[in-house]
Amino acid sequence: MKITEFLTNLGRSAITFWYFLGGTGYLFWQCLCCMVTPPFSRKRIFEQAKKAGNDSFGIVALVSLFIGFIYALQTAYFMARIGSEIYIASLVALSLVRELGPVITALVVAGRVGASNTAELGTMQVTEQIDALETLGSNPVRYLVVPRFIALAIMMPVLTLYADIIGIFGSYVICVYKLGISSSMYIHVTGEALVYKDIFTGLLKTIIFGMIIAISSCYEGFNVEGGAEGVGKATTRAVVSTFILIIAADCFSTAIFYFLFP
Amino acid sequence: MEKNIAIELASVSKTFNNKKVLNKASLKIEKGTTCVIIGRSGCGKSVMLKHIVGLLMPDSGRVLVKGNDIAKVTVQELNDLRMKIGFVFQGGALFDSMSVGENVGFGLIEHNHIDRKELLERVEESLAMVDLHGIFNLAPSQLSGGMKKRVALARAICMKPEIILYDEPTTGIDPITSDSINQLIKSLHDKLKVTSVVVTHDMKSAYTVADKIAMLYQGRIIAEGTSEEIQKTDNPVVHQFINGLAQGPITETIEHHFKNTLD
Repeated sequence: MKITEFLTNLGRSAITFWYFLGGTGYLFWQCLCCMVTPPFSRKRIFEQAKKAGNDSFGIVALVSLFIGFIYALQTAYFMARIGSEIYIASLVALSLVRELGPVITALVVAGRVGASNTAELGTMQVTEQIDALETLGSNPVRYLVVPRFIALAIMMPVLTLYADIIGIFGSYVICVYKLGISSSMYIHVTGEALVYKDIFTGLLKTIIFGMIIAISSCYEGFNVEGGAEGVGKATTRAVVSTFILIIAADCFSTAIFYFLFP
Repeated sequence: MEKNIAIELASVSKTFNNKKVLNKASLKIEKGTTCVIIGRSGCGKSVMLKHIVGLLMPDSGRVLVKGNDIAKVTVQELNDLRMKIGFVFQGGALFDSMSVGENVGFGLIEHNHIDRKELLERVEESLAMVDLHGIFNLAPSQLSGGMKKRVALARAICMKPEIILYDEPTTGIDPITSDSINQLIKSLHDKLKVTSVVVTHDMKSAYTVADKIAMLYQGRIIAEGTSEEIQKTDNPVVHQFINGLAQGPITETIEHHFKNTLD
């Protein structure tokens, strides 16, 4: 009895998973098709870019500043034991630019912008606004998904660059004012540790993260069923699946970059 | 296909989650007439309406609008067809990220790139037709239920459609507003010569606006006729529905169904 129950649940999860993958894949395809065919609307992309980028700047800055503080203090604990505090600068710079900056920014944006996308589109679905768009001859994917997709794909690298700089600044503050490393030394070591490749690969994957956030949040929004409860459930699902997809995509892209640009 | 038929549903079936909502439903609506579809809540009236505008596609059967099979036209043709159809949604379905003016002019802004002056004129004209003035810059959330429905109607007529579909236009609003909406539907029909399909279970509204009334029951159209014919019907199901009786064949079927499920 237990085994059949287990298998039923496993099967159900597998079907849900494939549905999600198929649905998001199809939405991605529709979105690409709409992107390359006119009419284009720059105004809506700007609107979404402002919502996703400008308005997220504060929270991204705050989080990355704290990450910088924490990261410097945590590495200092070990580096002090082996007497190489100066390497804190290079360690922080590399991990922030290559990994922490992109992922932390993506998770913050997924929680902030992705959730709001799902809730907004979900409410539009429940109140028949998406049907209304269609009856007025507008393609909902073109009208709602494409601007969000482009805005997030553009704004994610920008936000990540900010996050990198602010995170390194946070670590700088700790190292210079608390651990007694000289300011010029810190800047010199940071500059030496980073090469263009690090910044480039770090920013490149955030474009993918941006696309993932846009597509999976819009997909869940379009597929809301039922009323307020459905919107809530879909928002949870969107955030959870976006988190998982971001981490998975991060793993893949890191592996690819590792072998591509050794 | 006869020339004066605007909309034709030919044995349309649609199933949702193993529930047959439409079961070979057939209906013809003549050009320039108002057809009212009546039936109990959840019997598939809105589903029928959504088939006409291509929001839903039939599992089997054909939906012809102005002679075009909705399931067979290209995306572009479907969009062109939709521009000739105005849809008034039950809750209004106004875009809450836009002002009333932008809502009403949405179709014009998106598709007919006309200049601002003409756009404003068309929007004002549409709002005036539904007796609304000076609410151009309000947000939909600032409007009452009845006003929302009228704005939705203004949005539908702003594109000068040939067909207007109304999904329960008088549900949930006070009797006076409800009557004014009925008068509006009538006057649009008289003035603009549009073909209208009204889905409702408000019989007073049905008698006021209808050229033809069709009753949807168990997924198919079981009766059709003018208001008088429907009122004089000897079909027990229609009789129970239009007179709003608690006892009759409709409720007996449901009781029977529940009894069977419980047993």
